[in-house]
Amino acid sequence: MQTALRTSLPDTELATRANFAPHARVVREERPVQTSGLPLSIRGLRKSYGDNEVLRGIDLHIPAGQFVAIVGKSGCGKSTLLRLIAGLEKSDAGSISLGDAVKPEDIRVMFQEPRLLPWARVLSNVEVGLGRDRASSDAHSRAEKALTEVGLTDKRDQWPSVLSGGQKQRVALARALVSRPRVLAFDEPLGALDALTRISMQRLLERVWRDQGFTAILVTHDVAEAVALADRVLVIEEGRIAHDVVVNADRPRERGSAELAGLEGSILSHLLSADDRT
Amino acid sequence: MSLIDSVSLPRGLRLPRVDGLIQWIVPLAIIAIWQVASVTGFVPTRVLPAPSDVLLAGWKLLLSGELVRNIWVSFWRASIGFLIGGSIGFAFGLANGLSQLSSKLTDTTLQMVRNVPHLALIPLVILWFGIDESAKLFLVALGVFFPIYLNTLHGIRTVDPQLIEMGRIYGMTDGELFRRVIFPGALPSIFVGIRFALGIMWLTLIVAETIAASSGLGYMAMQAREFMLIDVVVLSILIYALLGKLADSASRVLERLTLSWHPAFQKR
Repeated sequence: MQTALRTSLPDTELATRANFAPHARVVREERPVQTSGLPLSIRGLRKSYGDNEVLRGIDLHIPAGQFVAIVGKSGCGKSTLLRLIAGLEKSDAGSISLGDAVKPEDIRVMFQEPRLLPWARVLSNVEVGLGRDRASSDAHSRAEKALTEVGLTDKRDQWPSVLSGGQKQRVALARALVSRPRVLAFDEPLGALDALTRISMQRLLERVWRDQGFTAILVTHDVAEAVALADRVLVIEEGRIAHDVVVNADRPRERGSAELAGLEGSILSHLLSADDRT
Repeated sequence: MSLIDSVSLPRGLRLPRVDGLIQWIVPLAIIAIWQVASVTGFVPTRVLPAPSDVLLAGWKLLLSGELVRNIWVSFWRASIGFLIGGSIGFAFGLANGLSQLSSKLTDTTLQMVRNVPHLALIPLVILWFGIDESAKLFLVALGVFFPIYLNTLHGIRTVDPQLIEMGRIYGMTDGELFRRVIFPGALPSIFVGIRFALGIMWLTLIVAETIAASSGLGYMAMQAREFMLIDVVVLSILIYALLGKLADSASRVLERLTLSWHPAFQKR
């Protein structure tokens, strides 16, 4: 059975490519027409730490509202790229442009660690995400709305220390979402979670992205996760974009489908063959 | 010491009444054995008076008003000295924890001064201030300064840098960052400093009052020694123990109120 599936894979892929493109467009149109996301243009981006040149010239355009996954081996520079986009580090050369009139609240980052304040209740932790709007009168209701979006309304008055790892990460997501960001950068946000929690978090990420239409940039070392979530997967090798793979599968995507598995396999073999070369 | 205490706290919170009694079993048993030993003549009363005699001496001093006056004087000196030394130590801890410049300027000097036992300054202090109130306040403040300074500094330096980065990303101003991230993060360490400082506070005060004073608990004990009133001497020592315990309990209550977020203090 499995062999049958595998051998028929190239055909189905060809067939589905043609079918999927219009589907994908239909899905896009379901989102708000004027997507809240920001387009992102990167030109000739370079960054080194001492003698170690981490990024060696990145050129990249991400259309507004796209979900991009960045994969690569550890130390390939994928997290550095994310930190540069989020404005956490300064580049040595090149430019990143997010269009004009970008407020600090428009770009949010979610890390592998939840980074919640242990001495603040869940709701106040979410309010931190409002940035300069923290003092506004609707801060409470906005934070509560964000908590509802991640399904943790009943935990609003808890201390973070009593939450599970997945719940903490959901609070961190609510904190990132509460200011309605236009670019959301994820730095391996699910890396520390167990397999089942990770899958439900992936579904949650996909849902909020489709609801809010921000531009999503996900750094991950899990190729299956990248393929399951992203419109486009970038493979970074030695500080450059080595491959730019479009994922056209219909959403919501079926986990473990033959098409996704095929894509995952080809990206993995790229990564591993790069390993053999070095 | 204080770490172990705080770890065992949650159990105390679950069974407050039973646990509250358990901690008094050992001191009460010691007093009971002591009473028996004195009454049977096993311990001569000239070496150690019976607890009942000590209690009687306390009652007499209480009636004459001498006891309350001396405790009040000592308590006042301890609190004022603690407040002065503690605030200065806290201020230096904050400044050196937050500013590289301030740390470079003052930390080395403070570390040198720290290595001089502050009680070694007693002769100098007496020459400067006489046996006045200011001499005692100076010594207590100096003794209290270092534990609070060191622990505040340590607390601020060890605040999770990832949380500080998070605060900056979310647009906190320096003031907000301090109020919402740095200070709460340093608080557990500051409390360790406060509890150490409370111990040093009593020690310094008693020594200072024993050597140079005309009132206070230490003075009362020294007077009693001159007149061979051994029951009053023992009474003073017991009062030190009680006051020390009281100060420690007060700081624990404060700790429990402000650190309720900490897993070690949570009622579950």
